[in-house]
Amino acid sequence: MSTATSAPMTLDVSQTDRVPFSRLVSVELRKMFDTRAGRWLLISIAAFTALVLIIQLWVVLAQDQTVTFEDFAAGANIPMNILLPVLGVMSVTSEWSQRTAMVTFTLEPSRTRFLAAKFVGTLIVALAAVVIGFTLTIAANGLYAAFSDNPVTWDLGAFRIFCFFLLYVFSMATGFAFGMLLLNTAAAIVVYFVYSFIFPGLFELGSALMDWFQDLRPWIDFANAQNPIIEADVTGKEWAQLAVSGFIWLVLPLVIGVWRVLRAEVK
Amino acid sequence: MIKVEGLSRAYGSFMAVDDISFVCKPGTVTGFLGPNGAGKTTTMRVMVGLTSPTAGEVTIGGLHFHDIPNPGRHVGVLLDASAQHAGRTGREVLTIGAKTMGLPMSRVDEMLALVSLDDTESKRRVRNYSLGMRQRLGIAHALLGDPSVLILDEPANGLDPAGIRWMRGLLKGYADRGGTVLLSSHLLNEVEQIADEMLLIGRGKIVARGTKAELLAGAGGVGTLVVAEDNNLLTAALTDKGLTFTPVGLGFRVDAMPVDVGRVAAERSVVLSDLRPVEGGLEDLFLELTSDTQREDFAQAATTAGAPS
Repeated sequence: MSTATSAPMTLDVSQTDRVPFSRLVSVELRKMFDTRAGRWLLISIAAFTALVLIIQLWVVLAQDQTVTFEDFAAGANIPMNILLPVLGVMSVTSEWSQRTAMVTFTLEPSRTRFLAAKFVGTLIVALAAVVIGFTLTIAANGLYAAFSDNPVTWDLGAFRIFCFFLLYVFSMATGFAFGMLLLNTAAAIVVYFVYSFIFPGLFELGSALMDWFQDLRPWIDFANAQNPIIEADVTGKEWAQLAVSGFIWLVLPLVIGVWRVLRAEVK
Repeated sequence: MIKVEGLSRAYGSFMAVDDISFVCKPGTVTGFLGPNGAGKTTTMRVMVGLTSPTAGEVTIGGLHFHDIPNPGRHVGVLLDASAQHAGRTGREVLTIGAKTMGLPMSRVDEMLALVSLDDTESKRRVRNYSLGMRQRLGIAHALLGDPSVLILDEPANGLDPAGIRWMRGLLKGYADRGGTVLLSSHLLNEVEQIADEMLLIGRGKIVARGTKAELLAGAGGVGTLVVAEDNNLLTAALTDKGLTFTPVGLGFRVDAMPVDVGRVAAERSVVLSDLRPVEGGLEDLFLELTSDTQREDFAQAATTAGAPS
């Protein structure tokens, strides 16, 4: 601090650098773990994934079914698909519902950088989730190989891992986008669940009743378009359908959400 | 250091802040006074970029808040002590701040010691903090980056009398070392003892400004309470000098400085048993200046209605 005698009317900022982006990311990551809610959500994601795989394994062994590596991967995706979006939602909305955004923005006034750091933080968690999900899937398949006489498949290729990552990123990012759109934890989670559980049924019904909708559906149903990814077997057309439906349900909400956060007055 | 120029902020047709301008100088404490909803918080929020102005601008040290790199190192802000995640511990709140600003963790302990939050308290979740403890935590957070400017909204809110005295000393010392302090309050007595300069705001406009003495003199709000051994002699003397007065208690309230009343008494050899400036003169002024902006109409109506007829 300057002394009273000189008392300059300007701030000397020549010795201060901007907060580096890496530091913002590490702080945002820390904020996801440093509350009971955040910590338990992460623990329960891992626990539920393990639980689902144990049940799946139990049923498969008890009924002497033949399953593939993809089947376990799909099983692991169920809890991830439900809980990762909640984490994405909460990482954004907690800043608003707990009003910490007021403090955050006085330490980093650029909301674009703040959002980018938060998003990268959630991507890192998604990456960690891939490691956990993949490890658990391998363990389940290993146990299946040990206890079942039926044929066992191992698919540990780079593309399979990439598909895992893509799925988890989609889940997390959709939650993130809905969080930004609504800036309210409960509302965002409810809307997300309506989107992920009720919409597929409506899509199903619509395509059963209307022929033209049946042709349109692959292009606008994001959840459906992700099925080839779960199986890690994607054709060119399926990539295109994924891109189009993803634009509607992921990119558009993200863009509108960012716009909203940049403009929102922080109360 | 803080420069507000022609600042306005409208919410629809409601002008929360209406064309205000002022400057806060280094080495001084500026008190921002006004009733609830007068526009103090809105002004401070514009300063730190949380709210965008409808017109005008605010610069801190010549820069817009957005353009200050690592702003926590230059401007300490406390806008709302309750705006913290209820599930974080006090220590964690400061740790996040220190990590963002790139400060050593020892700074967290220093600040906790400064605001007298002990080890057990710092490990409790903010949910379990009293308002006073939250306020101390908020002040610690504002001071974390050793800034040269402090912007504090209602920092004394929730502090006990000892806490208010402590804060007064802290801010005074901070300004004496060259820091710039702007603090708001709706309670005059919280501010008048530390503020070098006061800004009175009502309904979005600055209604008066200056030092305590200037404010009293400017508004003609000076007054003296005087009691003489022989009040008849005194009233005669005052009337001869053209000083107006009203009977109050044993003596009079004279619309003049104590020194003038004393001089009159000395000239006429009137023995005085009491001579002092009117206490609460500033308070009267404060209430008077902001009276048309107060929300007391309803309260008054209620009192009248409830009074026995």
